[in-house]
Amino acid sequence: MRITQGTFSFLPDLSDEQIIKQVDYCLAKGWAVGIEYTDDPHPRNVYWEMFGNPMFDLRDAAGIMLELNSCRKTYPSHYIRLIAFDSTHTVESVVLSFIVQRPREEPGFRLVRQEVDGRSMRYSIESYVTQSQPEGARYQ
Amino acid sequence: MTVIDTPVAEQAPAQQATAGAGSLKSALAASGIADLLAQLERELVGLAPVKSRIRDIAALLLVDRLRQDRGLSAAPPSLHMCFSGNPGTGKTTVAMRMAQILHRLGYVRRGHLVAVTRDDLVGQYIGHTAPKTREVLKKAMGGVLFIDEAYYLYRPENERDYGQEAIEILLQIMENQRDDLVVILAGYKDRMDRFFESNPGMSSRIAHHIDFPDYGAGELERIADLMLADMQYRFDDQAKQVFRQYLERRMAMPHFANARSVRNALDRARLRHASRLLAAGGEVDDEALVTITAPDLLASRVFAGTADTADIHDSPERTWEPSCCKP
Repeated sequence: MRITQGTFSFLPDLSDEQIIKQVDYCLAKGWAVGIEYTDDPHPRNVYWEMFGNPMFDLRDAAGIMLELNSCRKTYPSHYIRLIAFDSTHTVESVVLSFIVQRPREEPGFRLVRQEVDGRSMRYSIESYVTQSQPEGARYQ
Repeated sequence: MTVIDTPVAEQAPAQQATAGAGSLKSALAASGIADLLAQLERELVGLAPVKSRIRDIAALLLVDRLRQDRGLSAAPPSLHMCFSGNPGTGKTTVAMRMAQILHRLGYVRRGHLVAVTRDDLVGQYIGHTAPKTREVLKKAMGGVLFIDEAYYLYRPENERDYGQEAIEILLQIMENQRDDLVVILAGYKDRMDRFFESNPGMSSRIAHHIDFPDYGAGELERIADLMLADMQYRFDDQAKQVFRQYLERRMAMPHFANARSVRNALDRARLRHASRLLAAGGEVDDEALVTITAPDLLASRVFAGTADTADIHDSPERTWEPSCCKP
Protein backbone atom coordinates (compact mmCIF):
# COMPACT_ATOMS: atom_id res chain seq x y z
CA MET A 1 0.00 0.00 0.00
CA ARG A 2 1.61 3.22 -1.15
CA ILE A 3 1.60 5.71 1.66
CA THR A 4 0.90 9.31 0.80
CA GLN A 5 1.16 12.37 2.97
CA GLY A 6 2.08 16.03 2.78
CA THR A 7 2.31 18.19 -0.30
CA PHE A 8 2.19 16.46 -3.72
CA SER A 9 0.72 13.35 -2.08
CA PHE A 10 -1.51 12.89 -5.12
CA LEU A 11 1.43 12.85 -7.52
CA PRO A 12 3.85 10.07 -8.37
CA ASP A 13 7.15 10.28 -6.50
CA LEU A 14 9.24 13.26 -7.51
CA SER A 15 12.45 12.76 -9.43
CA ASP A 16 15.65 14.39 -8.17
CA GLU A 17 15.29 17.09 -10.77
CA GLN A 18 11.81 17.90 -9.52
CA ILE A 19 12.98 17.83 -5.92
CA ILE A 20 15.70 20.36 -6.77
CA LYS A 21 13.10 22.66 -8.27
CA GLN A 22 10.92 22.44 -5.16
CA VAL A 23 13.93 23.11 -2.93
CA ASP A 24 14.88 26.10 -5.05
CA TYR A 25 11.36 27.41 -4.57
CA CYS A 26 11.69 26.99 -0.80
CA LEU A 27 15.05 28.75 -0.72
CA ALA A 28 13.73 31.59 -2.83
CA LYS A 29 11.00 32.04 -0.19
CA GLY A 30 13.65 32.14 2.53
CA TRP A 31 12.50 28.95 4.21
CA ALA A 32 14.87 26.63 6.03
CA VAL A 33 14.81 23.12 4.63
CA GLY A 34 15.22 20.09 6.84
CA ILE A 35 15.41 16.35 6.24
CA GLU A 36 13.45 13.83 8.30
CA TYR A 37 13.31 10.05 8.23
CA THR A 38 11.31 7.30 9.89
CA ASP A 39 10.48 3.63 9.61
CA ASP A 40 7.15 3.98 11.36
CA PRO A 41 4.72 5.15 8.70
CA HIS A 42 1.64 5.44 10.94
CA PRO A 43 -0.32 8.51 9.85
CA ARG A 44 -0.42 9.81 13.42
CA ASN A 45 3.36 9.57 13.73
CA VAL A 46 3.89 13.25 13.11
CA TYR A 47 7.35 13.75 14.49
CA TRP A 48 9.94 11.96 12.39
CA GLU A 49 13.61 11.89 13.27
CA MET A 50 15.58 14.80 11.90
CA PHE A 51 18.68 14.04 9.85
CA GLY A 52 21.27 16.61 10.91
CA ASN A 53 20.19 20.14 11.61
CA PRO A 54 17.63 22.16 9.72
CA MET A 55 19.56 24.02 7.05
CA PHE A 56 19.33 27.75 7.47
CA ASP A 57 21.15 30.29 5.27
CA LEU A 58 21.60 28.04 2.25
CA ARG A 59 21.48 29.61 -1.21
CA ASP A 60 21.40 26.66 -3.52
CA ALA A 61 19.64 23.31 -3.68
CA ALA A 62 22.96 21.52 -4.21
CA GLY A 63 23.71 21.78 -0.50
CA ILE A 64 20.41 20.17 0.43
CA MET A 65 20.78 17.46 -2.19
CA LEU A 66 24.20 16.69 -0.74
CA GLU A 67 22.64 16.14 2.66
CA LEU A 68 19.66 14.27 1.23
CA ASN A 69 21.91 11.87 -0.62
CA SER A 70 23.90 11.23 2.49
CA CYS A 71 20.63 10.52 4.33
CA ARG A 72 19.58 8.13 1.57
CA LYS A 73 22.91 6.36 1.92
CA THR A 74 22.52 6.07 5.69
CA TYR A 75 18.87 4.96 5.56
CA PRO A 76 18.44 3.28 2.19
CA SER A 77 15.03 1.83 2.97
CA HIS A 78 13.39 4.33 5.31
CA TYR A 79 10.80 6.94 4.54
CA ILE A 80 12.51 10.29 4.02
CA ARG A 81 10.77 13.62 3.65
CA LEU A 82 11.86 17.20 3.15
CA ILE A 83 10.27 19.87 5.30
CA ALA A 84 10.43 23.62 4.81
CA PHE A 85 10.22 25.85 7.84
CA ASP A 86 9.08 29.45 7.58
CA SER A 87 10.68 31.43 10.39
CA THR A 88 8.67 34.60 9.74
CA HIS A 89 7.29 36.03 12.97
CA THR A 90 3.74 34.79 13.57
CA VAL A 91 4.19 31.94 11.05
CA GLU A 92 7.09 29.98 12.55
CA SER A 93 5.94 26.61 11.36
CA VAL A 94 6.45 23.97 8.73
CA VAL A 95 4.86 25.21 5.53
CA LEU A 96 5.79 22.46 3.10
CA SER A 97 6.57 18.80 3.50
CA PHE A 98 6.88 16.02 0.96
CA ILE A 99 8.17 12.47 0.79
CA VAL A 100 11.36 11.99 -1.21
CA GLN A 101 12.11 8.34 -0.52
CA ARG A 102 10.04 5.32 0.45
CA PRO A 103 10.84 1.63 1.06
CA ARG A 104 10.66 -0.64 -1.95
CA GLU A 105 7.84 -2.65 -0.42
CA GLU A 106 5.18 -1.16 1.77
CA PRO A 107 3.07 -3.93 3.29
CA GLY A 108 0.44 -1.51 4.56
CA PHE A 109 -1.81 -1.60 7.61
CA ARG A 110 -4.11 -4.06 9.31
CA LEU A 111 -7.32 -3.17 11.04
CA VAL A 112 -7.16 -3.81 14.78
CA ARG A 113 -10.45 -4.61 16.49
CA GLN A 114 -10.67 -4.38 20.25
CA GLU A 115 -13.73 -5.48 22.20
CA VAL A 116 -14.49 -3.18 25.11
CA ASP A 117 -17.43 -2.70 27.48
CA GLY A 118 -19.46 -5.70 26.46
CA ARG A 119 -20.12 -5.78 22.75
CA SER A 120 -18.63 -2.34 21.89
CA MET A 121 -15.80 -2.28 19.42
CA ARG A 122 -12.80 0.01 19.11
CA TYR A 123 -11.01 0.18 15.80
CA SER A 124 -7.51 1.24 15.03
CA ILE A 125 -4.88 0.54 12.40
CA GLU A 126 -1.45 -0.89 12.80
CA SER A 127 1.32 -1.15 10.26
CA TYR A 128 2.37 -4.74 9.51
CA VAL A 129 5.98 -3.64 9.64
CA THR A 130 5.88 -2.08 13.07
CA GLN A 131 3.97 -5.08 14.33
CA SER A 132 6.54 -7.63 13.25
CA GLN A 133 9.87 -5.80 13.52
CA PRO A 134 11.50 -3.50 16.06
CA GLU A 135 12.62 -0.01 15.10
CA GLY A 136 15.69 -0.01 12.86
CA ALA A 137 15.09 -3.58 11.60
CA ARG A 138 12.07 -2.78 9.43
CA TYR A 139 11.98 -2.72 5.62
CA GLN A 140 15.26 -4.60 5.31
CA MET B 1 32.18 33.41 8.39
CA THR B 2 30.77 36.10 6.19
CA VAL B 3 28.41 35.69 3.29
CA ILE B 4 28.68 38.42 0.71
CA ASP B 5 26.03 38.89 -1.90
CA THR B 6 27.21 40.25 -5.17
CA PRO B 7 25.16 43.15 -6.45
CA VAL B 8 24.66 41.64 -9.89
CA ALA B 9 22.81 38.72 -8.35
CA GLU B 10 19.48 39.84 -9.79
CA GLN B 11 20.89 40.05 -13.26
CA ALA B 12 20.34 36.92 -15.26
CA PRO B 13 23.52 35.07 -16.11
CA ALA B 14 24.76 35.73 -19.58
CA GLN B 15 22.51 34.08 -22.09
CA GLN B 16 23.94 32.09 -24.88
CA ALA B 17 24.13 33.43 -28.35
CA THR B 18 21.33 32.68 -30.76
CA ALA B 19 21.64 29.07 -31.74
CA GLY B 20 23.20 28.48 -35.09
CA ALA B 21 24.57 31.97 -35.46
CA GLY B 22 27.87 30.53 -34.42
CA SER B 23 29.97 33.63 -34.82
CA LEU B 24 32.24 34.35 -31.91
CA LYS B 25 31.51 38.02 -32.20
CA SER B 26 27.79 37.73 -31.67
CA ALA B 27 28.32 35.26 -28.83
CA LEU B 28 30.73 37.64 -27.19
CA ALA B 29 28.33 40.54 -27.52
CA ALA B 30 25.45 38.52 -26.13
CA SER B 31 27.37 37.35 -23.11
CA GLY B 32 28.25 40.82 -21.81
CA ILE B 33 31.76 39.60 -21.11
CA ALA B 34 33.31 42.62 -22.78
CA ASP B 35 31.52 44.96 -20.37
CA LEU B 36 32.64 42.85 -17.49
CA LEU B 37 36.28 42.94 -18.51
CA ALA B 38 36.15 46.66 -19.16
CA GLN B 39 34.71 47.21 -15.69
CA LEU B 40 37.46 45.09 -14.21
CA GLU B 41 40.06 47.15 -16.03
CA ARG B 42 38.49 50.34 -14.71
CA GLU B 43 38.12 49.36 -11.10
CA LEU B 44 41.16 47.22 -10.43
CA VAL B 45 44.53 48.87 -10.75
CA GLY B 46 47.47 46.84 -12.03
CA LEU B 47 47.21 43.06 -11.43
CA ALA B 48 48.04 42.19 -15.04
CA PRO B 49 48.51 38.41 -14.47
CA VAL B 50 45.18 38.23 -12.65
CA LYS B 51 43.31 40.04 -15.37
CA SER B 52 44.81 37.98 -18.13
CA ARG B 53 43.82 34.78 -16.32
CA ILE B 54 40.26 36.05 -15.89
CA ARG B 55 40.19 36.87 -19.59
CA ASP B 56 41.34 33.33 -20.41
CA ILE B 57 38.69 31.79 -18.20
CA ALA B 58 36.00 33.98 -19.73
CA ALA B 59 37.11 32.98 -23.22
CA LEU B 60 37.11 29.31 -22.32
CA LEU B 61 33.61 29.44 -20.87
CA LEU B 62 32.37 31.23 -23.96
CA VAL B 63 33.97 28.77 -26.37
CA ASP B 64 32.63 25.89 -24.30
CA ARG B 65 29.17 27.27 -24.74
CA LEU B 66 29.61 27.45 -28.49
CA ARG B 67 30.95 23.90 -28.52
CA GLN B 68 27.91 22.78 -26.62
CA ASP B 69 25.67 24.43 -29.20
CA ARG B 70 27.38 22.42 -31.94
CA GLY B 71 27.03 19.21 -29.99
CA LEU B 72 30.71 18.91 -29.15
CA SER B 73 31.67 17.72 -25.73
CA ALA B 74 32.08 20.56 -23.28
CA ALA B 75 32.92 19.27 -19.83
CA PRO B 76 32.77 22.08 -17.32
CA PRO B 77 36.36 23.11 -16.53
CA SER B 78 37.65 22.96 -13.00
CA LEU B 79 37.80 26.50 -11.72
CA HIS B 80 39.20 26.09 -8.23
CA MET B 81 41.81 28.74 -7.69
CA CYS B 82 44.64 29.71 -5.43
CA PHE B 83 45.52 33.37 -4.94
CA SER B 84 48.94 33.97 -3.50
CA GLY B 85 50.63 37.25 -2.89
CA ASN B 86 51.85 39.70 -0.31
CA PRO B 87 49.48 41.45 2.10
CA GLY B 88 47.25 44.08 0.54
CA THR B 89 47.65 42.99 -3.07
CA GLY B 90 43.91 42.59 -3.57
CA LYS B 91 43.35 38.87 -3.10
CA THR B 92 40.09 39.24 -1.21
CA THR B 93 38.84 42.00 -3.48
CA VAL B 94 39.45 39.91 -6.57
CA ALA B 95 37.80 36.87 -4.96
CA MET B 96 34.66 38.89 -4.44
CA ARG B 97 34.81 40.02 -8.04
CA MET B 98 35.36 36.47 -9.13
CA ALA B 99 32.03 35.39 -7.67
CA GLN B 100 30.36 38.14 -9.66
CA ILE B 101 32.25 37.31 -12.83
CA LEU B 102 31.60 33.58 -12.71
CA HIS B 103 27.95 34.28 -12.09
CA ARG B 104 27.76 36.56 -15.10
CA LEU B 105 29.50 33.94 -17.20
CA GLY B 106 26.89 31.46 -16.07
CA TYR B 107 29.41 29.16 -14.40
CA VAL B 108 28.03 29.41 -10.86
CA ARG B 109 24.32 29.55 -10.23
CA ARG B 110 24.03 32.05 -7.37
CA GLY B 111 27.14 34.19 -7.33
CA HIS B 112 27.44 34.72 -3.59
CA LEU B 113 30.75 34.51 -1.80
CA VAL B 114 31.24 32.75 1.51
CA ALA B 115 34.48 33.91 3.14
CA VAL B 116 35.83 31.62 5.85
CA THR B 117 38.99 31.02 7.82
CA ARG B 118 40.29 28.01 9.73
CA ASP B 119 37.94 28.71 12.67
CA ASP B 120 34.86 28.17 10.52
CA LEU B 121 36.01 24.84 9.14
CA VAL B 122 37.91 23.09 11.90
CA GLY B 123 36.21 21.88 15.06
CA GLN B 124 37.45 21.70 18.61
CA TYR B 125 36.98 18.05 19.42
CA ILE B 126 36.79 14.71 17.65
CA GLY B 127 33.76 14.50 15.39
CA HIS B 128 33.17 18.24 15.38
CA THR B 129 35.11 19.05 12.24
CA ALA B 130 33.20 17.09 9.61
CA PRO B 131 29.74 18.56 10.31
CA LYS B 132 31.24 22.02 10.65
CA THR B 133 33.03 21.83 7.32
CA ARG B 134 30.01 20.35 5.60
CA GLU B 135 27.82 23.10 7.01
CA VAL B 136 30.08 25.74 5.46
CA LEU B 137 30.28 23.86 2.16
CA LYS B 138 26.50 23.59 1.98
CA LYS B 139 26.16 27.31 2.51
CA ALA B 140 28.66 28.01 -0.25
CA MET B 141 27.00 25.70 -2.80
CA GLY B 142 26.06 27.53 -5.95
CA GLY B 143 28.63 30.22 -5.27
CA VAL B 144 32.24 30.72 -4.30
CA LEU B 145 33.91 29.51 -1.13
CA PHE B 146 36.81 31.76 -0.21
CA ILE B 147 39.25 30.34 2.33
CA ASP B 148 41.52 33.05 3.61
CA GLU B 149 44.94 32.05 4.91
CA ALA B 150 44.29 28.49 3.90
CA TYR B 151 47.67 27.24 5.10
CA TYR B 152 46.44 27.39 8.69
CA LEU B 153 44.25 24.39 7.85
CA TYR B 154 47.32 22.21 7.94
CA ARG B 155 49.44 22.23 11.07
CA PRO B 156 52.31 19.81 10.62
CA GLU B 157 53.59 20.38 14.16
CA ASN B 158 50.49 18.71 15.61
CA GLU B 159 49.75 15.36 14.05
CA ARG B 160 46.37 15.12 15.78
CA ASP B 161 45.22 18.42 14.38
CA TYR B 162 41.71 18.26 12.96
CA GLY B 163 42.64 20.49 10.03
CA GLN B 164 43.56 17.46 7.98
CA GLU B 165 39.99 16.20 8.28
CA ALA B 166 38.64 19.48 6.97
CA ILE B 167 41.07 19.30 4.05
CA GLU B 168 39.91 15.80 3.16
CA ILE B 169 36.25 16.79 3.12
CA LEU B 170 37.10 19.85 1.06
CA LEU B 171 39.00 17.74 -1.45
CA GLN B 172 36.14 15.31 -1.79
CA ILE B 173 33.59 18.03 -2.49
CA MET B 174 35.97 19.92 -4.76
CA GLU B 175 36.34 16.80 -6.84
CA ASN B 176 32.75 15.50 -6.86
CA GLN B 177 30.74 18.70 -7.05
CA ARG B 178 32.81 20.80 -9.35
CA ASP B 179 29.82 22.40 -11.01
CA ASP B 180 28.17 23.33 -7.70
CA LEU B 181 31.02 25.12 -6.04
CA VAL B 182 34.19 27.06 -6.78
CA VAL B 183 36.81 27.05 -4.04
CA ILE B 184 39.35 29.87 -3.84
CA LEU B 185 42.27 29.56 -1.44
CA ALA B 186 44.25 32.63 -0.56
CA GLY B 187 47.37 33.36 1.40
CA TYR B 188 50.92 34.56 1.41
CA LYS B 189 53.06 33.05 -1.28
CA ASP B 190 55.75 31.22 0.68
CA ARG B 191 53.33 29.71 3.16
CA MET B 192 50.94 28.63 0.43
CA ASP B 193 53.82 26.89 -1.33
CA ARG B 194 54.68 25.00 1.84
CA PHE B 195 51.00 24.12 2.32
CA PHE B 196 50.79 22.63 -1.17
CA GLU B 197 54.04 20.73 -0.71
CA SER B 198 52.55 18.88 2.21
CA ASN B 199 49.13 18.50 0.54
CA PRO B 200 49.85 17.43 -3.03
CA GLY B 201 46.23 16.33 -3.48
CA MET B 202 45.08 19.87 -2.90
CA SER B 203 47.62 21.33 -5.27
CA SER B 204 46.66 19.03 -8.13
CA ARG B 205 42.96 19.74 -7.74
CA ILE B 206 43.47 23.45 -8.11
CA ALA B 207 43.74 24.35 -11.74
CA HIS B 208 44.60 28.00 -11.39
CA HIS B 209 47.47 29.20 -9.26
CA ILE B 210 47.49 32.97 -9.61
CA ASP B 211 50.24 35.16 -8.18
CA PHE B 212 49.38 38.68 -7.13
CA PRO B 213 52.36 40.96 -7.78
CA ASP B 214 53.24 43.89 -5.52
CA TYR B 215 52.04 47.28 -6.67
CA GLY B 216 54.37 49.93 -8.02
CA ALA B 217 54.30 53.50 -6.69
CA GLY B 218 52.27 54.74 -9.64
CA GLU B 219 49.67 52.03 -9.16
CA LEU B 220 49.40 52.79 -5.46
CA GLU B 221 48.73 56.42 -6.30
CA ARG B 222 45.92 55.43 -8.62
CA ILE B 223 44.55 53.16 -5.93
CA ALA B 224 44.63 56.05 -3.46
CA ASP B 225 42.73 58.20 -5.96
CA LEU B 226 40.07 55.53 -6.38
CA MET B 227 39.75 55.10 -2.61
CA LEU B 228 39.45 58.83 -2.06
CA ALA B 229 36.86 59.16 -4.78
CA ASP B 230 34.95 56.36 -3.08
CA MET B 231 35.03 58.19 0.24
CA GLN B 232 34.26 61.52 -1.46
CA TYR B 233 37.53 63.17 -0.51
CA ARG B 234 40.30 64.51 -2.66
CA PHE B 235 43.89 65.71 -2.44
CA ASP B 236 44.80 69.25 -3.36
CA ASP B 237 47.78 69.66 -5.71
CA GLN B 238 50.32 69.97 -2.95
CA ALA B 239 48.92 67.01 -1.07
CA LYS B 240 49.29 64.91 -4.21
CA GLN B 241 53.01 65.69 -4.29
CA VAL B 242 53.38 64.97 -0.62
CA PHE B 243 51.52 61.70 -0.91
CA ARG B 244 53.89 60.59 -3.64
CA GLN B 245 56.81 61.22 -1.30
CA TYR B 246 54.95 59.50 1.49
CA LEU B 247 54.52 56.39 -0.64
CA GLU B 248 58.18 56.34 -1.61
CA ARG B 249 59.24 56.47 2.03
CA ARG B 250 56.59 54.08 3.22
CA MET B 251 57.42 51.45 0.59
CA ALA B 252 61.00 51.32 1.83
CA MET B 253 59.87 50.67 5.40
CA PRO B 254 59.17 47.26 6.94
CA HIS B 255 55.61 45.87 7.17
CA PHE B 256 54.52 47.61 4.02
CA ALA B 257 51.17 46.10 3.04
CA ASN B 258 50.50 47.58 -0.39
CA ALA B 259 46.93 48.82 -0.82
CA ARG B 260 46.12 48.18 2.82
CA SER B 261 48.87 50.58 3.89
CA VAL B 262 47.46 53.13 1.49
CA ARG B 263 44.03 52.75 3.03
CA ASN B 264 45.47 53.14 6.52
CA ALA B 265 47.40 56.22 5.50
CA LEU B 266 44.27 57.76 4.04
CA ASP B 267 42.26 56.94 7.15
CA ARG B 268 44.82 58.63 9.33
CA ALA B 269 44.92 61.61 6.99
CA ARG B 270 41.14 61.85 7.42
CA LEU B 271 41.58 61.92 11.19
CA ARG B 272 44.08 64.75 10.97
CA HIS B 273 41.91 66.54 8.45
CA ALA B 274 38.98 66.38 10.86
CA SER B 275 40.91 67.59 13.86
CA ARG B 276 42.47 70.38 11.81
CA LEU B 277 39.04 71.62 10.79
CA LEU B 278 37.87 71.43 14.37
CA ALA B 279 40.92 73.24 15.71
CA ALA B 280 40.50 76.00 13.13
CA GLY B 281 36.87 76.48 14.15
CA GLY B 282 34.64 78.93 12.35
CA GLU B 283 32.79 78.32 9.10
CA VAL B 284 33.60 75.37 6.87
CA ASP B 285 32.53 75.13 3.25
CA ASP B 286 32.16 72.02 1.09
CA GLU B 287 35.59 72.59 -0.33
CA ALA B 288 37.24 72.37 3.09
CA LEU B 289 35.23 69.27 4.01
CA VAL B 290 36.40 67.22 1.04
CA THR B 291 39.96 68.46 0.58
CA ILE B 292 42.88 66.77 2.26
CA THR B 293 45.84 69.13 2.32
CA ALA B 294 49.58 68.63 2.57
CA PRO B 295 49.84 69.27 6.35
CA ASP B 296 47.38 66.42 6.96
CA LEU B 297 49.87 64.07 5.35
CA LEU B 298 53.05 65.70 6.54
CA ALA B 299 52.11 65.09 10.17
CA SER B 300 52.67 61.39 9.59
CA ARG B 301 55.55 59.73 11.40
CA VAL B 302 56.78 58.44 8.06
CA PHE B 303 58.08 61.95 7.48
CA ALA B 304 59.47 62.21 11.02
CA GLY B 305 61.89 59.42 10.12
CA THR B 306 61.04 56.97 12.90
CA ALA B 307 60.73 54.11 10.49
CA ASP B 308 60.24 51.28 12.95
CA THR B 309 56.99 52.50 14.47
CA ALA B 310 55.40 53.64 11.26
CA ASP B 311 52.12 52.66 9.73
CA ILE B 312 49.86 50.61 11.94
CA HIS B 313 51.42 51.96 15.10
CA ASP B 314 51.50 55.43 13.66
CA SER B 315 49.09 57.47 15.73
CA PRO B 316 48.41 60.96 14.55
CA GLU B 317 50.05 63.57 16.74
CA ARG B 318 47.12 65.86 17.01
CA THR B 319 44.30 63.46 17.47
CA TRP B 320 41.32 65.14 18.90
CA GLU B 321 39.34 62.85 21.13
CA PRO B 322 35.83 63.77 22.20
CA SER B 323 35.60 63.71 25.97
CA CYS B 324 32.62 61.38 25.86
CA CYS B 325 34.77 58.58 24.50
CA LYS B 326 37.21 58.63 27.37
CA PRO B 327 36.76 56.10 30.10
